[in-house]
Amino acid sequence: MAAISREEVAHLARLSRLAVTEEELDTFAGQLDVILQAVAQVGEVAAADIPPTSHSVPLTNVLREDVVTPCLTPEEALSGAPDAEEQRFRVPRILDEDVAS
Amino acid sequence: MTDVTAMTATQIAGLVATGAASAVEVTQAHLDRIAAVDGRVNAFLHVDTEGALAAARDIDARRAAGEELGPLAGVPVAVKDVLTTKGVPTTVGSKILEGWRPPYDSTIVERLRAAGTVMLGKTNMDEFAMGSSTEYSAYGPSRNPWDTDRIPGGSGGGSAAALAAYEAPLAIGSDTGGSIRQPGAVTGTVGAKPTYGGTSRYGLVAFSSSLDTPGPCARTVLDAALLHAAIGGHDPRDSTSIPAPVPDVVAAAKLGATGDLSGVRLGIVTEFGGEGAEPGVMATFREAVDTLTKLGAEIVEISCPHFRYALPAYYLIAPSECSSNLARFDGVRFGLRTGDDGNRSLEEVMSLTREAGFGPEVKRRIMLGTYALSSGYYDAYYGQAQKVRTLITRDFTAAFERVDALISPTTPFVAFPLGARTSDPYQMYLADLFTIPSNLYGGPGISVPCGLSEGLPVGLQVMAPTMADDRMYRVAAALESAVGTFTPPAL
Repeated sequence: MAAISREEVAHLARLSRLAVTEEELDTFAGQLDVILQAVAQVGEVAAADIPPTSHSVPLTNVLREDVVTPCLTPEEALSGAPDAEEQRFRVPRILDEDVAS
Repeated sequence: MTDVTAMTATQIAGLVATGAASAVEVTQAHLDRIAAVDGRVNAFLHVDTEGALAAARDIDARRAAGEELGPLAGVPVAVKDVLTTKGVPTTVGSKILEGWRPPYDSTIVERLRAAGTVMLGKTNMDEFAMGSSTEYSAYGPSRNPWDTDRIPGGSGGGSAAALAAYEAPLAIGSDTGGSIRQPGAVTGTVGAKPTYGGTSRYGLVAFSSSLDTPGPCARTVLDAALLHAAIGGHDPRDSTSIPAPVPDVVAAAKLGATGDLSGVRLGIVTEFGGEGAEPGVMATFREAVDTLTKLGAEIVEISCPHFRYALPAYYLIAPSECSSNLARFDGVRFGLRTGDDGNRSLEEVMSLTREAGFGPEVKRRIMLGTYALSSGYYDAYYGQAQKVRTLITRDFTAAFERVDALISPTTPFVAFPLGARTSDPYQMYLADLFTIPSNLYGGPGISVPCGLSEGLPVGLQVMAPTMADDRMYRVAAALESAVGTFTPPAL
């Protein structure tokens, strides 16, 4: 049985904000199925009482004195933006027109 | 003057320090070499001719003024295109960042400049460092100088190919699952993954933040150690940076070069005993083990029972982190935006931008990670992989109670022909079978050339405990002193 269906891959693509083509869906569904069946091997390990590891070094909050240090100017920060206006990133519309009006 | 491009970084630094050659002459010789051969190798995505010559002139002026310069002053270096370089294009091998010129330098690049090295340009890589061959680069694959019909490894194949083609004596890579060590192995060069947190991730375009580790690539172990010392150490701008000095890797490389390993205990991992590895690779590895024994090392076999689950655990953890990290490529703050016709919504433009900007392997990993993190699958996939990561760490800890370091072949197979593994993504993943455990554990690993199989280089990997990077340099330098370095046929 396949580990993942074409419909599930289409759902994942939507969640991932990837406007994939129908042809890509066919390819990815098969490939992701092979990969998922292989990585599912982690389930063979008896690990119910094992704590998870998220990082190899112990993580603690890193704090510093609240002093101003050099940082990017607005022009530098916006220098790679596809669109900018009045020192801000300009984005396509976020609200539907009937909501916005 | 003899050809400086054939020299080690140590030799070049000596020439510049004594005034026998200027940094400008050294830099120009490497730029000329790049112009002559890179059409066939494709190691570079961007050659910064003007920037390199300006940096070289600065070094020459400072030397003339009597300034004390560092041990790598005037030595050219190639930088993997995963690190930001102020004003110099940084693409990460992806169309989504084509033409982007970052407004700031990564810490590694800052330290390279502070050390007086001269950055030649940015090297090719699999898109977002996801791959083992550079075939997933959006700008075409790099080629292995040993055989230009074969892969130079990946993701940092451009850096390794630049070294093997004598386009640069030093290079920077980044290693998330083997992306420094595997290219080193298949090109007959040296590649070291430092302890996680031992080198700064500030300005490293993130793929898998709990694993990503920038590190040195070179043609000799001592050169790699000098570069490691120059770039390593605590960085307050990286919250996972370890606040401790870099172990003295340069002294360790010099100690190892004496060829004496008496008193050193090395473990061979039972689970890497040949399954999935080419017979020629295993035979070359066993000869190297005999050499290490002759140098005085004591060899024992050690079982690390959970290592066989490292590859599956990695391909859940890394894609999960990638799916989160790559959400920042939204067509708003930097890089590509496509489909913005004034009518489409932000979400539609975002989806069209990511579809056009990402290549197939990046899309696969984003979707795989999204799947592994989704409710209902989280515990069985991502959660379980994190527990396996704990068990792999325990295997390492137990092993290092018995031995100083572990050794294995770096990769299961020599450089494969271009196109051989692109149709089946999982076959590509197998290239990292032996390198991934160190990434999950966080300890350092180095690949050093140990011989040839069917005329192609084989690497030996040394894995050491976290913050004991010096140990692997000692073992690698000792092996190098016995087997020598390996030069590919003329291009």
